[in-house]
Amino acid sequence: MRLISRYARLFAVQLRMSMVTGMQYRADFWLKGLTAIVWLGVALVPLFSVFQQRATVRGWTFPEALVVVGCFAVMKAILEGAISPSLTSVVEHVRKGTLDFLLLKPVDAQFLVSTARFEPWRVTDLGGAALVFAYAFRRLGHGPSPRGLLLALALLAVATLVLYSLWILVVSASFWVVKVDNLSYLFGSLFDAGRWPIAIFRGALWFAFTFVFPLALMTSYPAMALLARLEPGTAIAALGGGLAFASVARLVWRRALGFYTSASS
Amino acid sequence: MNPAATPPSFWASAHGELRRAARAYPTLLRVGLSEVVAYRAEFVVWILTTNMPFVMLAIWHAVASDGPVGRFGQTDFVAYYLGGWVIRLLTSTWLVWELSMEIRGGTLSTRLLRPLHPLFALSAEHMAALPMRVLVVSPVIAILVLTAGPRLAVRDPAVALIFAASLMGAWLLIFFTMVLLGSLSFFLESALGVFEMWLALHSILSGYLIPQELLPRWVAMVARRSPFDSMLAFPLETLTGMRDAHTALRDLGTQWVWIAVMAIGGLTAWRSGIRRYVAFGG
Repeated sequence: MRLISRYARLFAVQLRMSMVTGMQYRADFWLKGLTAIVWLGVALVPLFSVFQQRATVRGWTFPEALVVVGCFAVMKAILEGAISPSLTSVVEHVRKGTLDFLLLKPVDAQFLVSTARFEPWRVTDLGGAALVFAYAFRRLGHGPSPRGLLLALALLAVATLVLYSLWILVVSASFWVVKVDNLSYLFGSLFDAGRWPIAIFRGALWFAFTFVFPLALMTSYPAMALLARLEPGTAIAALGGGLAFASVARLVWRRALGFYTSASS
Repeated sequence: MNPAATPPSFWASAHGELRRAARAYPTLLRVGLSEVVAYRAEFVVWILTTNMPFVMLAIWHAVASDGPVGRFGQTDFVAYYLGGWVIRLLTSTWLVWELSMEIRGGTLSTRLLRPLHPLFALSAEHMAALPMRVLVVSPVIAILVLTAGPRLAVRDPAVALIFAASLMGAWLLIFFTMVLLGSLSFFLESALGVFEMWLALHSILSGYLIPQELLPRWVAMVARRSPFDSMLAFPLETLTGMRDAHTALRDLGTQWVWIAVMAIGGLTAWRSGIRRYVAFGG
């Protein structure tokens, strides 16, 4: 119990530090907020273009696809606001050898590196997501059922865990191949495909986005839960698979840490 | 009046600088090439980052499975997106990141000490990566020719010439735009934020994500008149034959107007930035 409260206090401190740092650069704050909104607009233009041509694509209508975009915006806010910033700095620590200082501290290293930095202005992305959801469900004429909403929240939570685990795997890779800073760009660019319903993809891309880099779990399944079209079997498999994946990532991190050789050796 | 005391005229000094650059260029190219070979893993990851055309191709392929979309059948989409990917890889540059990192970190100082304009050195570094890039894109070019060969307009020698010129123009235009955006780091702390904004606009307006004519109408109108058109859509649509030789020739003129605008803008920003530049610890 004392352990949990200690970590909670530490988490609060880290979060406050990020807030304080973020507030220092006010012009940056507004610019980044604006960029986030422009990006959401950019995410919508291809969708408009496609559904301008056809009423349905592989069984998805325009408002239904918008629900996927909403989930995409939520996950993107989480990824770029809470996951990427911290883990990008770990890669930097490994390269420079300054990870030593973190490893010496009397708390779990993974916890410490994962909460190092947050970007609070990403909240604007969540606002954008709310707008997209509101518009989509108005067009559909009905809101999500309470059960669908709960399931979607559970899926989004597991998706966050999976996303975080994928990042931890990338960071673990940096212990072996040092120069992985641009892996984060690769990560971001792959993630962009998540704004499309998984049903659109076939063959290799479908396989990759369902099992290897599970975009389906992150955006399509939560959207399907909200739309009450997710089969229970898929939901259970997704939840179980996500949790299993996260524990594997934790194991890999522990092992990878053993390979860390600092800068001087 | 002592002739040695008069400063050399602007043209004489520009001429001298160009001559020095021309002498140094081959060496710079060799150095650049070995750098790319040394950091090949990073290079491959960067290539993989340019994956959006393939995702968009999958999507339009699905949409066009029950009949053509506008002028586009499934094969046209293949030609469009594979061609777009190839052109993008041949003409894009990571100059902005490099410039803004060097300006903020102060490492630009070492470049300024050398008897060669830093922009020449940076352009050489970028040119040096071209052989590797050509190597990487060649399999895709092969696939492109195999699947959509008869549709490519470059079999006409006149069009092929315009296409080659448009590629070079696109490279120059993107280079100078990057100099302009990178030089913003002299003045702003968040130049990379501006760059991200630019990337967002580019991906929509240049035809990179969506062919311009499939965009919502008013977006397409803006796209056609923007410099982004000259960066990707113009070479690409010349390649696939969506713009006939006559239109392409006119757009080549437009492209050079944009190059002039961006070159003046970029070099002006660079010069006034250098005057403000104070290296940390330097």
